[in-house]
Amino acid sequence: MTLTPARARGADGTADTAGAARRARPAPVLRLAGGRVSVLVRPRTAAVYTGLLAATAAVFAVSLAVGDYSIALDRVLWALVGYGERLDLFFVRDVRLPRALAAVLVGAALGIAGAVFQSLSRNPLGSPDIIGFTGGASAGAVATILVLGGTTLQVSLGAIVGGVATAGLVYLLALKRGVQGYRLVLVGIGINAMLLAVRDYLMTRAELTEAMTAQVWMIGSINGTAWGQALTIAASCAVLMPVVLLLGRRLRLMEMGDSTAQALGVPVGRTQVMALLAASALTGAAIAVAGPIAFIALAAPQLVRRLARTSGTALMGAALMGALLLAAADLVAQRALAPTQLPVGVVTAVIGGGYLVWVLYREWRTGNA
Amino acid sequence: MSEPSRLWGENLTLAYDQSVISRDLGISIPDNSFTVIVGPNACGKSTLLRALSRMLKPSQGAVHLDGRLIGSYPSKEVARRLGLLPQSSIAPDGITVADLVARGRYPHQKFLKQWSRSDEQVITEAMEATGVTDLAGRMVDELSGGQRQRVWLAMVLAQQTPLLLLDEPTTYLDIAHQMDVLDLCAELHHERDYTLVAVLHDLNHACRYATHLIVMKDGQVAAEGDPAEIVTEDLVEEVFGLPVRVIPDPETGTPLIVPADRGGRIARRTAGAGPRPAAQEVGRRSA
Repeated sequence: MTLTPARARGADGTADTAGAARRARPAPVLRLAGGRVSVLVRPRTAAVYTGLLAATAAVFAVSLAVGDYSIALDRVLWALVGYGERLDLFFVRDVRLPRALAAVLVGAALGIAGAVFQSLSRNPLGSPDIIGFTGGASAGAVATILVLGGTTLQVSLGAIVGGVATAGLVYLLALKRGVQGYRLVLVGIGINAMLLAVRDYLMTRAELTEAMTAQVWMIGSINGTAWGQALTIAASCAVLMPVVLLLGRRLRLMEMGDSTAQALGVPVGRTQVMALLAASALTGAAIAVAGPIAFIALAAPQLVRRLARTSGTALMGAALMGALLLAAADLVAQRALAPTQLPVGVVTAVIGGGYLVWVLYREWRTGNA
Repeated sequence: MSEPSRLWGENLTLAYDQSVISRDLGISIPDNSFTVIVGPNACGKSTLLRALSRMLKPSQGAVHLDGRLIGSYPSKEVARRLGLLPQSSIAPDGITVADLVARGRYPHQKFLKQWSRSDEQVITEAMEATGVTDLAGRMVDELSGGQRQRVWLAMVLAQQTPLLLLDEPTTYLDIAHQMDVLDLCAELHHERDYTLVAVLHDLNHACRYATHLIVMKDGQVAAEGDPAEIVTEDLVEEVFGLPVRVIPDPETGTPLIVPADRGGRIARRTAGAGPRPAAQEVGRRSA
């Protein structure tokens, strides 16, 4: 393994490691297995990702420890491996662990899916809302609650069916010699608006209790997530995230324009379909577990790009940022007005939205936007 | 076509949805040529370039690359044989020159092997060839149009393809930068044995730089060959509908196309300014 420094900017002839300055290497290279594996490692990106990972781990640990029944961190660790008082074991392993896991994984799924949508639509406002996914999922879920009464499983399925069907419809309507970003965005906004109208109409026909159930679902919440749901999202992430990450390089090339990407040997049409399917499925899994949580998919990719200063979409970074944002938001949602538990969607809207506004404002002030 | 060239197409019908641009078009790019395609707006020259680079699938006929149907290669394999600089490419926000040029290595890379020593070598050479080495660490969005175009060219060179297709590489550039880009192309052709195909708007540039000129009109080839032999006043008027005079370029001897002063107004206005031989006998001379 060799790590070589990035292009040294030796301007005034100071002989800084002779050839290195002339070398066209955009970043240090990490070589493993005798050169069979070689990847570029950008120090800033690596640092930011490590930081995000550490912060997420910290939030995760704290969310296992605090609550109406607080547990010291060392006892949390013991409880995780199965030792300690019965109450500790119950709270850590049966109550808080599935919820904390769900928060991290739903956040990661939303973050990476948002990054895919933004990359495909070449639009920083691209998100699952844009292709009508959220509208479709909401309409599906509300319809399920009103028509079938709605167990958790039914509502989840209703949301996924609604979301995937809508995403498919938007894709087909936007299709014309491949999908172009702005067409996807415009068709998506139109369909989304129509579906929200359908959802609102359904709500006016609902009984009060049904309307309450639907309303809570629509804000998005991971209160009382059980192991079943946590495992659902874990399995979805385990299958779908590698697919998305494998498509990452192609997606970044496609951000240079379809022709350019195709000229470089990227199968553009196939990549679009695969990425849309994987991202939609991830969003669907997240919505099924937690309802349509706002802003993570929109904000996470943008925040991490600005922090890590990556060129093009940072898929892995968006997943890490999404995980941190949702885990932190859920911690706030649990504790801010304790013992009252807020739906996490309320908190993400405030944190994510506020932070995004702040970042954009700062960029406009410095004239970078 | 006794010995087929590396890149050729036959019986091509090129269409977008229902609107047919070219019908039954035959085309062959001579090996080691600097081929320039010219023609009026909407004559199908960019469409032809798209077909030759498998961006557009012909509704009939086929394009052949190195003895095989271009559609039968995997996408990355085509990208190792044929490079294309499209009319518009989007530089991602916050990308450095070196990073952008490095993206040209994609068709040579694998998922786990994203950076080999030869990648580095090739990128260094591509940046040297296009004169952007000193810009390596700069952000692409800070560069001037001319610099940016050279960076894009460097990216395509990093692809290491013997064939290079350029769609209007001089558009939006001022005249000095246009010449920079064209001189660079000529150098690539002469000294590095590239086969170049470029769509150009400026006839005089085309005549100056092309070793093989393809003149298109209404989706068909109106004339092709050595510009000095095929470019006549009749041809230009027939293809572009503009009366012109063709004189030898005082700098290079290649054909220089001078639009006629229709109505003679400009010549009358500047009559006192100096000798203007034959300014009044506007119109056509046979070649």
